[in-house]
Amino acid sequence: MIPESLQLALDSAPFLLKGAYYTVGLSLGSMFFGLVLGFGLALMRLSKIWVIRAVARVYVSFFRGTPLLVQLFMIYYGLPDLGIELNAITAALIGLSLNMAAYACEILRAAISSVDKGQWEAAASIGMTRAQTMRRAILPQAARTALPPLGNSFISLVKDTAMAATIQVPEVFRQAQLISSRTLEIFTMYLTVAVIYWVLCSILAHFQNRLEARANRHDVES
Amino acid sequence: MITVEKLTKQFKGNEVLKGIDLKVEPGEVVAIIGPSGSGKTTLLRCLNLLEVPTSGSIIVGDIKVDLSRSLSQQQRLIRQLRQHVGFVFQNFNLFPHRTALENVIEGPTVVKKMPREQAVELGRVLLAKVGLAGKEDAYPRRLSGGQQQRVAIARALAMEPEVILFDEPTSALDPELVGEVLNTIHALALEKRTMVIVTHEMSFARDVADRVIFIDKGVIVEQGDAKALFANPREERTRQFLERSRN
Repeated sequence: MIPESLQLALDSAPFLLKGAYYTVGLSLGSMFFGLVLGFGLALMRLSKIWVIRAVARVYVSFFRGTPLLVQLFMIYYGLPDLGIELNAITAALIGLSLNMAAYACEILRAAISSVDKGQWEAAASIGMTRAQTMRRAILPQAARTALPPLGNSFISLVKDTAMAATIQVPEVFRQAQLISSRTLEIFTMYLTVAVIYWVLCSILAHFQNRLEARANRHDVES
Repeated sequence: MITVEKLTKQFKGNEVLKGIDLKVEPGEVVAIIGPSGSGKTTLLRCLNLLEVPTSGSIIVGDIKVDLSRSLSQQQRLIRQLRQHVGFVFQNFNLFPHRTALENVIEGPTVVKKMPREQAVELGRVLLAKVGLAGKEDAYPRRLSGGQQQRVAIARALAMEPEVILFDEPTSALDPELVGEVLNTIHALALEKRTMVIVTHEMSFARDVADRVIFIDKGVIVEQGDAKALFANPREERTRQFLERSRN
């Protein structure tokens, strides 16, 4: 039985690899766009103008307060009613990014606010602009606080890409569904897919640890 | 060097500074003393707009910031002013993720766009000047409070400011570390640098300052030659304060 299952896993490897390619692509893409958009939202949350803060707060509230699955269905199946037709991959990328952004926003906002206000003043006292202060003084320190929860969110995101299967994105979980419906080797198939997710998340966790070590460099007693 | 006119500051209706007029001449060392809550730190922070005054005007060199005009239109002016006014904080406020040397060269490289080699050269000279040669690569966390404050002084000096403001520079230090920071500031006074120092160290104010300003409840109660004021205060409130701080 074992060799047979192994044979199946090997036979389906090209399909699963193709699926993994979409999974990784979706993950990295929505990490990137989610982080960029989330940073913008975090700045909005810290704005002095209440309307801007309110817009960001409603955004975060909506995207954290509704299921990702519903958001994906709205984008892929719902938007065509409004005349916006997206292919499945684009729809998934948008949905995952918008969702990720809401979480990234809260993490970044909290991390930026946690930096001592004396740091803003020190930077101001040598004539730095707000943008320079943010880039040179605040963000490197906020990164230390933000990295662990961001890593968490990224790992969740990798697993959430499986939901793109529901809107026909041929990512790894979808491939497994298709293969197992033909071969009926259900357990082997899903176990293989589980291992693929596990490996992807472990790689991500590894990078997270390295980044954290880097960000904490100045704090290490030696 | 510094001219302050009719400076007021309110915090939520509470008037902390009630129309301060102040002049600081080039090369002069001015100490500001007064009880806690008197507004002395607020006044100092207003001088480089870390605190936004409610009204009045501040002139440093040929830069004038006028509070009757919108501040958002004077942002560039404020940044220029700050480049000419160094500030040393009570809690040092070093950048913890940067080494001593990186802290010092941050202003020259980022704000003044000085070439890095030149800034590093300047940074080494300044760290040596405050007695920290050899500590260039140490992160703030690895330095004592006194050493951190001296890095902060070097960081302020690196901008080649026309005047340096000190906000209770030794208040956060262990008693045995106060001396090294005061000595550093004293050495700067001997170079005839223009400085304004808010301090609780009365003997230091008397020995180092040319002029002492006593502030209470948001007004300048009395000012004058440092030694004369300490020896012979004219106002009753000054006398009481000096007596209490002796005990």
